[in-house]
Amino acid sequence: MKYDVAIIGGGVIGALTARELARYALSVVVLEGAADVAAGASKANSGIVHAGFDAAEGSLKARYNVAGSRMMATVCEELGVGYENNGSLVLAFDEAQIGILETLLARGRANGVRDLRIIGREELFLREKHASGRAVAALYAPTGGIVCPFELTIAAMGNAMDNGVLLLTDFEVVRAENGKTVTLHAADGRAVSAGYVVNCAGAGAEKIARLFGDDSFTVGARKGEYILLDSAAKGFVKSTIFSVPTAAGKGVLVTPTADGNILIGPTSVEEPDFSTAIRRGAFGEIIEKARAICDGIPFGETITSFAGVRAYCDRHDFIVEESRKAENLFNTAGIESPGLTSAPAIGKAVAEKIAARFGAEKKKDFNPKRRAFSWFRKLGAAEKNAVIAEDPAYGKIVCRCESVTLGEIVNAIRQNPPARTLDGVKLRTRAGMGRCQSGFCQPATLETIAKEYGLSLGEVTKNGKNSAIVSGGAI
Amino acid sequence: MKRDIVIIGGGPAGLAAAVAAYDAGCKNVLVVERESEVGGVLKQCIHNGFGLTRFKENLTGPEYAHKFIEEAEKRGIEMLKDTFVTELTADKKVTCMNQSGIFTVEAKAVILAMGCRERSKGALNIAGTRPAGLFSAGTAQKYVNVKGMLPGKRVVILGSGDIGLIMARRLTLEGAKVLCVSEIMPYSSGLRRNIAQCLNDFGIPLYLEHTVAEIEGEGRVSGVTLVKVDENKRPIAGTEKHFDCDTVLFSVGLIPENELTERAGVALDPRTKGAVVDGDRQTQTEGVFACGNVLHVHDLVDFVSEEAEIAGRAAAEYALQGGRAHAYISAENGENVTYVLPQRVDKNKNAPQKLFFRVRKAFRNAVVTVDTGARRKTVKKIAVAPGEMESVALSAEEIGGAEYVKIAVTGGDR
Ligand SMILES: Cc1cc2nc3c(=O)[nH]c(=O)nc-3n(C[C@H](O)[C@H](O)[C@H](O)COP(=O)(O)OP(=O)(O)OC[C@H]3O[C@@H](n4cnc5c(N)ncnc54)[C@H](O)[C@@H]3O)c2cc1C
Repeated sequence: MKYDVAIIGGGVIGALTARELARYALSVVVLEGAADVAAGASKANSGIVHAGFDAAEGSLKARYNVAGSRMMATVCEELGVGYENNGSLVLAFDEAQIGILETLLARGRANGVRDLRIIGREELFLREKHASGRAVAALYAPTGGIVCPFELTIAAMGNAMDNGVLLLTDFEVVRAENGKTVTLHAADGRAVSAGYVVNCAGAGAEKIARLFGDDSFTVGARKGEYILLDSAAKGFVKSTIFSVPTAAGKGVLVTPTADGNILIGPTSVEEPDFSTAIRRGAFGEIIEKARAICDGIPFGETITSFAGVRAYCDRHDFIVEESRKAENLFNTAGIESPGLTSAPAIGKAVAEKIAARFGAEKKKDFNPKRRAFSWFRKLGAAEKNAVIAEDPAYGKIVCRCESVTLGEIVNAIRQNPPARTLDGVKLRTRAGMGRCQSGFCQPATLETIAKEYGLSLGEVTKNGKNSAIVSGGAI
Repeated sequence: MKRDIVIIGGGPAGLAAAVAAYDAGCKNVLVVERESEVGGVLKQCIHNGFGLTRFKENLTGPEYAHKFIEEAEKRGIEMLKDTFVTELTADKKVTCMNQSGIFTVEAKAVILAMGCRERSKGALNIAGTRPAGLFSAGTAQKYVNVKGMLPGKRVVILGSGDIGLIMARRLTLEGAKVLCVSEIMPYSSGLRRNIAQCLNDFGIPLYLEHTVAEIEGEGRVSGVTLVKVDENKRPIAGTEKHFDCDTVLFSVGLIPENELTERAGVALDPRTKGAVVDGDRQTQTEGVFACGNVLHVHDLVDFVSEEAEIAGRAAAEYALQGGRAHAYISAENGENVTYVLPQRVDKNKNAPQKLFFRVRKAFRNAVVTVDTGARRKTVKKIAVAPGEMESVALSAEEIGGAEYVKIAVTGGDR
């Protein structure tokens, strides 16, 4: 079958582009190289909905950041995704840094960020008692927020699929034939044809462009490493706390996550081969930098650490444009931070351009809503009892630390986009994300996946190819 | 629903407490268990070495558990399985959830017997990748002993806790190659007998004062690098050892599972990470008792049963007769002692008491000093180690005259 549009990449940009395109009378397929969506930068980042005072005036980053941040609450509401408008604070420690705050304030106002202001020590410590005692002032951005990045990606893709978009996973595009129509070939021999292609391949965007003969940009990688604290540390900070940005980037931050943990990081190191391995020295660096902006961080509550890779391009701004060199190709590339924040606005802009190109009408039956993953846990006892009476699997807790039921796990496997791996279940339900880090629930979750797909335990993977959980065979 | 005693957890602690409470005259007892069978972690501990102290028999975990399950069943004790306690309140309302719904049980007394969990690898700040093939030792044990699956073929074990040691032997017997066990401390936290029977007998090297520098592998783990550490646990450059492996087990400590306890407002002891209790194992919240690994991590189940029986009898007394007045003195740790349990001793109880404690480091020919303010007594021990819980007994008279109890360990050579 030939599709009108093929989107390469199931990150947050691909997912929200797919959802926006699903509003139109177009046939759309998403090709994702990994076993699941949200496999790249969209899984491992700070999850901050940036207010928009960082990006240079007039840049695409500034435009999409501010527009995306204004759309985020509605998008998350429609998709049932965890979002909180918690506000951000940039701390200054001396006069020179107060000067930087003033620059950020002016830039933010020029970018259209609302309600920005500089606050003194008194208001700062009223807001955040753990902000470093040495701070002398802060830039306060009430429009700053937090969102769960992988939940947003998964939910947007799920909603796109509910509205007719097809998702093909394990479909790594390795070759493109570009004639009247485009044929995209996967490493495993599958092929898909489309009239038009949107490149949302993140770290792989340069490679995809080159498959089309477009060498108008290059993509580099900068790794960011994090430490995550258990929800026992919840409330340590309420806002997102930044230090003043330097040439190296926005620096280490301390923030609550939309899921109720505390996140500390990221570092910023060049990573030519896009590896997400954590460096040996990373922990010391994160801890030292975080202690410079917050006092008394409960590092004893550490439950895990991880890294994500920012894919930046040599133009040092987002690329959101029709290919300058190839027919039938639209590039989104260099979508580093604030790409998550910008995603709703980028998706909308790309979809509008493509709809215009095809002259496509809006569908009347598009349903923007999706039931939240957290729908069950948010019910009261009486409502839960009604659900359990219908389906007793909702009465069986599998993940103790995060109180995830069997019903929720089965639902994550059956709902769009279906979870097929242990990580897939974890990202959708939080099973295995708590303090025991899946020690107790892993065997039961594995069995549920195996049962739903008719696999043996040894065939279930962590995140796709070559990642079997139990690999030693039956005893 | 109303019950005299609700016991949260049907492992060895919960079962022994239930039987003891019943035998003390309190028959309206409910055991709530989240798994589909009672027996707790013993269900997956198919090795032997259980019951040597209590029954003078060498039993496997399931055999040991079975003795208590039989006793409970003989008495017709009510056990709700597949039921998860979602909330406990200080006024002893226990909210449960199972496949028939959510309901609350009102209890006169509650016994906490939720056991412990393994400290996760995530807490360790390990450099490298996050591939498949990393397990906590207990999870691997469940795969092997309950699911009949071998987690992998070439294994490195990080941490020398007892479960890790047991798994070194178990995986070897099932045909995997266990390359080594690495321990950051200068001594193992496991039982001496496990080092001998699980490592030495199979020629598995134990690298003391080593930590993991990095984990490698995309998809599945492909190797780990260990490094030696100095006295301050800092890696010593140039001492790296690399192992090609497809599996890494973590046996890096156990943590009492006290999330329910904490939310109920029951006071915890930062040293044990369990509740603060008196000799009856009553917490500082009246009518709430605790025993087993949720109270402090034990190395032998025999001591868990003993402790659970104390809690069971005391909870029965509380449920039937109500609370009594206490006259507490504190039990404190002196030199080289990491904790003493119970943390409070009730002089009104007018009964002998056994005080349990752990030492900070290993000693040979150790001298244990018990200082009660009124007098000091010393007890000699041939050897003590952090991995083995010790105890001293105080008579009713000694407690009667005491202002406090402080236990210290000195002397001997390391
Ligand atoms: C450390 C870090 C912190 C960040 N913090 C923030 C923040 O706080 N706020 C914010 O707004 N933004 C933040 N960002 C930026 C944000 O995460 C990214 O802008 C966003 O996730 C990019 O999404 P994407 O869809 O473009 O890329 P990705 O999420 O990387 O998705 C690309 C997808 O394409 C797939 N793919 C690649 N090649 C192929 C191929 N050949 N065939 C098929 N599929 C392919 C990949 O598997 C992947 O799933 C941060 C980024 C990082 C790394």
